[in-house]
Amino acid sequence: MNTPIIQTKNLKKYFKTPKGDLHAVDGVNVSINKGETLGVVGESGCGKSTLGRVLLRLIEPTSGSVYFEGNDITNYDKNQMLEMRKNMQIIFQDPYASLNPRMTISDIIAEPIKVCKTITNKHEIENKVQDLMETVGLAERLINSYPHELDGGRRQRVGIARALSLNPKFIVCDEPVSSLDVSIQAQILNLMMDLQDEMGLTYMFITHDLSVVKHISKEIAVMYLGQCVEKATSDELFNNPMHPYTQALLDSIPIANLSSKGNKKRIIKGEVTSPINPKPGCRFYARCPKSKDICLAPDLHLKEIDNNHQVSCVLYD
Amino acid sequence: MSEKLLEIENLYVEYETDEEIVKAVNGLNLIINKGETLGLVGETGAGKSTTALSIMKLLPEKVGIIKDGSIILGDINITKASDADMRLLRGNSISMIFQDPMTSLNPILTIGEQISEVLELHNKEMKKEDISKRVDEILELVGLPKERKAEYPHQFSGGMKQRVVIAIALACEPKLLLADEPTTALDVTIQAQVLEMMADLKEKLNTSMILITHDLGVVAQTCDRVAIMYAGEIIELGTDKDVFESENHHPYTTGLFGSIPDLTKATKRLNPIDGLMPDPTDLPIGCAFHARCPKCMDICKKNKPKEIKKGSHMIKCHLY
Repeated sequence: MNTPIIQTKNLKKYFKTPKGDLHAVDGVNVSINKGETLGVVGESGCGKSTLGRVLLRLIEPTSGSVYFEGNDITNYDKNQMLEMRKNMQIIFQDPYASLNPRMTISDIIAEPIKVCKTITNKHEIENKVQDLMETVGLAERLINSYPHELDGGRRQRVGIARALSLNPKFIVCDEPVSSLDVSIQAQILNLMMDLQDEMGLTYMFITHDLSVVKHISKEIAVMYLGQCVEKATSDELFNNPMHPYTQALLDSIPIANLSSKGNKKRIIKGEVTSPINPKPGCRFYARCPKSKDICLAPDLHLKEIDNNHQVSCVLYD
Repeated sequence: MSEKLLEIENLYVEYETDEEIVKAVNGLNLIINKGETLGLVGETGAGKSTTALSIMKLLPEKVGIIKDGSIILGDINITKASDADMRLLRGNSISMIFQDPMTSLNPILTIGEQISEVLELHNKEMKKEDISKRVDEILELVGLPKERKAEYPHQFSGGMKQRVVIAIALACEPKLLLADEPTTALDVTIQAQVLEMMADLKEKLNTSMILITHDLGVVAQTCDRVAIMYAGEIIELGTDKDVFESENHHPYTTGLFGSIPDLTKATKRLNPIDGLMPDPTDLPIGCAFHARCPKCMDICKKNKPKEIKKGSHMIKCHLY
C-alpha cells in the first residue's frame, strides 16, 4: 500500500460574512497517494478552489488538519512553511492574471528559486530556467518576453514551468485548462500527464469539466456545497455513479455524439442553495429528486460502499 | 425543402486600425432555413462572433467593416440597410443573446423594465397593461416567477440572469435568434436547464437559431446543422449526422474531435492539433490550415481549396 503524500482530516474553512458563516469547506477528508491524481469536481461555489488553497495553507483552515508525508503541517510556522512549499506548488486558473505583467518570462520562472534560495549561482539559475522552458515546450527565444506577448496556452506553460521550478512532489492544479481553447487544452493536458510520468508528480486536479477530470485522474471526489458527497476511482464513478447529485451532474454533460441526442435526461431543478449557515442534513436535499425526510437527519458521512467507492447519501445506509 | 430565412454570401469582414488590418471573416457562405438550429463551432478568433455581429450590423463603428458580400434576411439586404431600418429589425426580427449574462443586463433597471423596453420600442401602439401582461407571459415562458420582475439583475443568479436575457431576446418573437455562447459562463447542471429551455422555446415559437459555441457536446445535443469555422471561413458544413457520424472530415474537424477527452472510451493520450491559429493580420497563402495540417500536400500551400459538396455535406479541403 502506498503512503499518502497528502492527507486531510476533517478539514474546515468557514469565511465570516455579515450574514453568518460561509461554509466553504466543511469537513473534507481526502488523501492522495504518491504519483497519482485526485480530481476534484463540482459547480461554482462548491469550495473546490478553497480546498486547494487550504491544502497549501494559502488560506488558513478554521479547523482540521493537513498532513504532508505523515507530518501535520497545520501548525507549521512561517519558516517551516517556506521549506514546505518547495514540495508543494500550485498552477492557477487564469494565466492572464497569475503572471506579473512587469516581469519577463525568465524572471517569473526563476522567482521561486530566488525566494527559496535552492540555487544561488546566477549562471545555474539561468540554466535551470532554460531547462524548465524546454521541459514545458516554450521556445528559447521567449526567455526575455513579457506575459502580454504570449497567448493563453503559452502563458499557462509559463505557469507550469514556475510550479516545477522547485522540483515539487505535489501540485494543486486549479482549473489549469478551463480558460483555453480545446486544441490548446489538449496540448496542456498531454504535457501535464507526460510530466507526471517523468517526474512522478502527484496532482490534485480541480475542475468543473467532467470529461477532463475523467481523462486525467485516477480517483475523483465530487463536491457539493463544501462537502465531499462521493469519492471513487474514475472508472467506477462514471460507470456506477451512486449519489443523486453525481448522477445528475454526469447526465448534464453534453456529449459530442448523436446517439444520446433527444434522450430525456435527469436534469435537476433549481440552483445551488446558499452556503451561509446551511441547515443540518444533506445539502443537496432541496434539489434532490429522491429526497426523503430522513435526509434532514444531522449526521451524514462518507460511507464505504464498495472497495474504493464512498458515498454520503442515506439511500445507501 | 424548407424555406430559406437568411442567406449570407461571400462575406468579408475586416477590422481596420491604424497599425493593422485584421481579416476576421474571409468569404463566408451560409444559408439558414426557417425553424432550424445551426451550430457555429470554432476556436477563439475563428470569426464566429464577428459573423454574428455582422448579421446584427453591430460591428464596432469605423473599425469593423463589411468589405464584400451580402447578408439577406427575407427580402432585406442587411449590408445595405440604413441605421433606422436596422433599429426596426434588431430585437424584432433578429435578436441576440450574448455570452456573459452578468454584463449584458443594465444593473440600474429592474428586469421587468428591461423586458418591456423591447416591447415598447417595437410596438408603439401597445397599451401599458398589455405590455405588462406580455412581460408576465414571457417570464413564465423562461421559467421565472413573475413576482420577481421588480427586482434588479444583481438579485439573480447567473443562470437566472441568462433566462432574463433570453426573455428579452424572445419578447418580440424574432424570426432569427443569434446565441453567442449562451451557456459558456454557466455550470453544467444550469447549462443543461438553459439548453433544454431554449430548445423548447424554439419549438414553440418556430424561431431559427444560430448557436455559436466552442463546445462540440452542446452542438451535438441541440443543433440540426453544424458549421465548423477556421480563420474566418467555414471549412466544413453539414447536418449533425454529416459532421458527427460521416467518415470524411476536414483535418481540422478531426483534430477538434481528437482534442476532447471522450467520456465513453478510455484514451491514454489526446490527439491535439499542433501549433496555433494563424495570425489574422497575416493569413497564409493557400489553405489557412496548411501549417498545422497533418495531411498537408503541396497544393495546399498554393491554392485555396474550393467548397466540395456531397449531398448536404460540404468540406473545403484539397483531399476530396
